[in-house]
Amino acid sequence: MNHVNYTRIGQAAERRRTVGKTIVYVLLTLWGLIVLFPFYWMLLTSIKSYASYNTEYIPRFFPTSPTLQNYVDSFTAVPLGQYFLNTLIFTVATTAIMLAVIIPAAFAFARLNFRGKNLLFTLFLALMMIPNELVIITNFTTVTDLDLRNTFTGLILPSVTSVFYIYLLKENFAQIPDELYYAAKVDGTSDFKYLCRVMVPICRPTIVTVTILKVIECWNSYVWPRLITDDPAYYLVSNGIQEIRENGFGRENIPAMMAAVVVISVPLIVLFLIFRRQIMAGVARGGTKG
Amino acid sequence: METRNRTAWLYLLPAILFLGVFMIYPLFDVLIYSFEEGYNSAAQTFFGVGGYNYAFVLHDPYFLQALKNTFILVLITVPLSTGLALLISVGLASIKRLRHLFQTVYFLPYVTNTLAVGLVFMILFKKTPYTDGLVNLILNLFGAGSVDWIDGPYWAKMFVLCFYTVWVVMPFKILVLTSALASVDQTYYNAARIDGSTRWRTFSHITLPMISPMLFYLVITGFIGAFKAYSDAVAIFGTNLNAAEMNTIVGYIYDMLYGDSGGFPSYASAAAIILFAIVLTITVINLLVSRRHVHY
Repeated sequence: MNHVNYTRIGQAAERRRTVGKTIVYVLLTLWGLIVLFPFYWMLLTSIKSYASYNTEYIPRFFPTSPTLQNYVDSFTAVPLGQYFLNTLIFTVATTAIMLAVIIPAAFAFARLNFRGKNLLFTLFLALMMIPNELVIITNFTTVTDLDLRNTFTGLILPSVTSVFYIYLLKENFAQIPDELYYAAKVDGTSDFKYLCRVMVPICRPTIVTVTILKVIECWNSYVWPRLITDDPAYYLVSNGIQEIRENGFGRENIPAMMAAVVVISVPLIVLFLIFRRQIMAGVARGGTKG
Repeated sequence: METRNRTAWLYLLPAILFLGVFMIYPLFDVLIYSFEEGYNSAAQTFFGVGGYNYAFVLHDPYFLQALKNTFILVLITVPLSTGLALLISVGLASIKRLRHLFQTVYFLPYVTNTLAVGLVFMILFKKTPYTDGLVNLILNLFGAGSVDWIDGPYWAKMFVLCFYTVWVVMPFKILVLTSALASVDQTYYNAARIDGSTRWRTFSHITLPMISPMLFYLVITGFIGAFKAYSDAVAIFGTNLNAAEMNTIVGYIYDMLYGDSGGFPSYASAAAIILFAIVLTITVINLLVSRRHVHY
């Protein structure tokens, strides 16, 4: 008699667990759909022709006569290629200069000993609390006064330092045992060579993380480029898409706009799918955009 | 370590130079700007020192609108996104199959261009002569009437803005909470199970206290981030946010600085300092609250 009861209790518990699991999966799938749907919709709309999009009062969920014309249009009717190239130049240059600035700084904090080190480092940390909005006004005036509006120099210079990345890298550099440094010194290696040959390779994961985070930030930057460029020849993709929206294909050509949106979104999504692990680990450690 | 001043400063020189020019100098400059009355950016002259810029900004209806919008946005999106992220992370922690797939999908909004994907949200909600938009059609399916979400009533627009903001900030929160949940020592759960603790009790007495530092970190960064909202609104309503009644404090600063209504760096500076004061106050309050409730 007892034996039967135990089986029944077990079955009930099992059933409850299955129901619970199902609810969890349903809810998770629901959020997944909410996340994915805009991507699906932009892809779908981008391959509909202008005519068919505007005749569908109730939009179809599958394209009836897919066309790539919108993609051709977004490179010929509006200078999307130019925006793309500008963003690429901006992203590569900013990231490269940033690495050249922050790696030596992190090295000095982690490895070298000098008067005022602690004070300076505290000062650096305090700078992390300064919001961008507070300093952007003066930077705008500075860059305008230097006649650097509508130049890459003006776009790039204010965004090449990041106190937070210096801090992240310094913490990582500091974990490398001192013995390595002394061994290198005995062999007559210079500081700079030691930094390049030993520290940078050992800390490559962190450097890759910082690089990727900076690339994402650059690719999506909108506010500073908007302030500093009003010549479409220097627009980055964010400003480009805004320009396309307001003056581009004509307000109603939504499929062509969506093609431009797809073109702009693809590079980062591909980058993400390749470096998924590093990006997610990096953002968990040092991301913002909360 | 031997002390070598010159080398060290040489390594630090580029960073100090950039930070000095683009961060420390502006910090003082913005304060000075905000107290210079009647500053003319073309002639670089001003005719007085005082609090007029602050008074002007605080009485500007556009600023008050921006302030109201920002506060509503913050009060809705921060609790909502944090709560939702907690729910999803707990769900993720309880499953094994498909977990990585879900995590990857949930992270996608982080790597998308806010301006570009905002356009997609706009067309999903927008009512045009050709179509009412997908969201309205779904509403019609349930018997509700169409709403003009993008150019219509205030709360409809605010809803779209909040929805998009939550969509954008979720990846970071889910990621942080998922790693926080994963780092809770399994021993505590085993002990709770031996004691016959119910699921809810385990959650509220073990999980929640253990991840509370991360939860508060998210609340704090969430508040800071939401107070600085701007590009999300531009993405949906276009650059003329004042006309759409959807401006934010940061949007007001940039409008004052540049654009059709721009050329007033003094007003922009005053608004920026007011924003900074608000954010600082909220952060301090958050820290005080967390000291009382967070278990380390």
